[in-house]
Amino acid sequence: MDPLSWTGAVGAILNPALLVVSGLFIVAIILMIVLSFFAPPVTLQSNADGTVMAQGGIFGLVETAVRGLLFALLAVIVAYVVSGIVLPYGDAGIIGAVNKQFTPVWISLVVTFVVSIIYKRKLGIYGKLFDNIIGMVGFGLVMFWVFTAIYAGVFDMIATHDPLSQVSGLKNKVPGVPVPGADVMAPGSHYLLGGDNLARDVFSRMIHGSWIVVQIAPLATVFAFMVGITLGLPAGYFGGKFDTGLSFLANLVLAFPVILLFYLLVTPEMVETGIPSYMAAVLFIFPLIFALVLLNSRYHTQPALRTIILAIVLGVLGVLYLSLVNQAGTVLHFLPGWLDLFDVPGGILVVFVSVVFVNSPTIYRIVRGLAMDIKTRDYVAAAQTRGEGPWYIMLWEILPNARGPLIVDFCLRIGYATILLGTLGFFGLGLPPESPDWGSTINAGRGLLSIYPHPALVPAIALLSMVLGLNLLADGLREESLKD
Amino acid sequence: MLRFLASRILTMILTALCLTFIVFFLTNLSPNLEKVAKSELGARITDAEVESWLGRNGYLEPTLIRYGEWLGVVPGFTHTAADGRVTGRCIDPDMGPDDAPRFCGIIQGDWGFSTVFRRDVSEIVARGLGLTGKLMFWVMLVMVPGALIIGVLAGMREGSRTDRTLSTLSIVTTATPEYVSGVVFITVFASSAVGLKWLNGSATSAMDDITIANFTLPVLTIALYGMGYIARMTRASMTEVMTAQYIRTARLKGVSFRNIVLKHALRNALIAPFTVIMLQFPWLLNGVVIVETLFNYKGFGWTLVEAAGNNDIELLLGVSVVSVLVVLITQLISDIGYVYLNPRIRIS
Repeated sequence: MDPLSWTGAVGAILNPALLVVSGLFIVAIILMIVLSFFAPPVTLQSNADGTVMAQGGIFGLVETAVRGLLFALLAVIVAYVVSGIVLPYGDAGIIGAVNKQFTPVWISLVVTFVVSIIYKRKLGIYGKLFDNIIGMVGFGLVMFWVFTAIYAGVFDMIATHDPLSQVSGLKNKVPGVPVPGADVMAPGSHYLLGGDNLARDVFSRMIHGSWIVVQIAPLATVFAFMVGITLGLPAGYFGGKFDTGLSFLANLVLAFPVILLFYLLVTPEMVETGIPSYMAAVLFIFPLIFALVLLNSRYHTQPALRTIILAIVLGVLGVLYLSLVNQAGTVLHFLPGWLDLFDVPGGILVVFVSVVFVNSPTIYRIVRGLAMDIKTRDYVAAAQTRGEGPWYIMLWEILPNARGPLIVDFCLRIGYATILLGTLGFFGLGLPPESPDWGSTINAGRGLLSIYPHPALVPAIALLSMVLGLNLLADGLREESLKD
Repeated sequence: MLRFLASRILTMILTALCLTFIVFFLTNLSPNLEKVAKSELGARITDAEVESWLGRNGYLEPTLIRYGEWLGVVPGFTHTAADGRVTGRCIDPDMGPDDAPRFCGIIQGDWGFSTVFRRDVSEIVARGLGLTGKLMFWVMLVMVPGALIIGVLAGMREGSRTDRTLSTLSIVTTATPEYVSGVVFITVFASSAVGLKWLNGSATSAMDDITIANFTLPVLTIALYGMGYIARMTRASMTEVMTAQYIRTARLKGVSFRNIVLKHALRNALIAPFTVIMLQFPWLLNGVVIVETLFNYKGFGWTLVEAAGNNDIELLLGVSVVSVLVVLITQLISDIGYVYLNPRIRIS
């Protein structure tokens, strides 16, 4: 069996095209930035027949060239993807084979985009995202990894090998190396992106790593938001001593160098003392408090209905909370086995807790600032005149009106949580060393980085593209929400 | 102004005390102390021996008292052995108990002894800070002008294609954590397998002699992550200034666009980025730790990793004190600088 080349047969046409187009694109962009300093601005010229024409001059010409080249670049990239999916395995090289593995993800992405664009006028802020190119690119990148994670983690598709199994003879081998013993050209007959220093498949590890990241980062951000909102709203609305005390605490956490906090919190000795379990017990109760206050303030005028709703919601959340916090072998072990629905391994719990802990004070400050701003509005005064309680005003008047900035920050925060997760992995803290998450894989690959760069480079680029997608998505959302 | 300064400094001292206490508490938890005892006496000692060693060395006193001793406001711990020999925190092995000072904490300049490097903590921290200082100097030299130029270029014509390109570029750099850009840079510029082989993938030799080959990559890696954020803040500030009334007046007077940007807008647009640059320091510390580990440059961040990884309590405490102080002092400077630079606040 032959090793795969990068682009296979289609490379003969596509590679020169990519080289030429991307080279011209970069030159045009640099030219445009330089010209923006010197060239006259674009003006409008009215013609005799009543129409208006843009007089771009040389600057306008370069702008048009940049746009054209961008579309050409996209066309070449799409050609790589499509040729990979259409041609049989191996004919389009490594890139084609990788794209073939991603086929379900590409199909889901296309379906999502087509459906969303058709119905975008009925979908509120989500639909408006599809008016914005940057936002669409960001959304595409994020959904790419979300779909990848779901297909790999739930349905066990996409990856060609087990992320932990080793194949002897493939240690540190370059991308496209054939697996010994495989004789049919089919998915699994090659290590598509090479082998790492323990002869595991780099591609499959990257795919399975996405499932860990996509699970932990958004969930940790949700918890951090619950903490930040539950504490920030009353601090901003009431002010006074409560606000002063909490703000001092928040500044305390913010002044703590993140990396030092990780090194102090995320160690086996710390898990042994039980401090992370207590922190989890405190931090994870905030969603319960939030739900309780939210529903109670809404339905307290109808006591019968309120009791039923609260009993159901708090019952479900309470069981989830208890089984999350309770764990055999730690200080908090009080539930009988049948009630403990799931266990989070101590290493992952402490990672989760520290990411929530680091993120909450920033969110607290944002929510507090928003609440202080919004409480001076007329509709808040109207609600106060109606005799609504303070919690109703905070949660049902102020919070919905603060949603724009909060949604934007939510996207940014998930990206930041992903970076923090990678940082923890990079220092080998928390997650087990064989875990395929991206930070740990970069850490494992950095020892031989200058000789065998691929085991670290692949997860690094995966992490970069996901965080970039979240940041672009946040930028697109911000731009669209400012337009109203 | 004086009242403001006094209250800021008081808050800062209170914060510093709280934070150092938290670090002290976390590093001195019983499993950590047990590990220290085992590394001093050997791994096979019994629990009773651990207990007696901890007692002899004053580790079993209440945490608050030990924190006071470490700080230097409570008299140092002493222990009288069965044979009448007196040992204690402040008593060096070659010194009699009567000559020893009563207090020996960080206030007296006694930072303790590192168990990993077998040297004084103050010496190691000073050396690390010197090396990291060199790194930070170059980072600032690259990052600040670069970020300001990108921000001003993007912000002077809001919504233009230049603005969009540069803004997207800054988003890309903020989305690239140091451990990603470092890996990419090493692969492209330093890898012996596929790369260009222009630069070194390790900065160890830069500790004695800085050259372009061994220092470009670490500096660039740290600078890039902070650059995007500062550039975005500068852009926001610049676009705000460019829509101000006095800019319109200048334009109506017939001042050229270049003069408007350079003479009228720039000074006012640079107040906000100053605060941002100062507040960037705590994040830069993160970058320093990652980059020094990745490029094997034995500065302050590398010392932090070594201290934490090897359970070197006194060194870790020393490193924490310095990093907490750096963060708090930059916050103070940013507050004062903001008041000082902004004429509206300064004059009232």
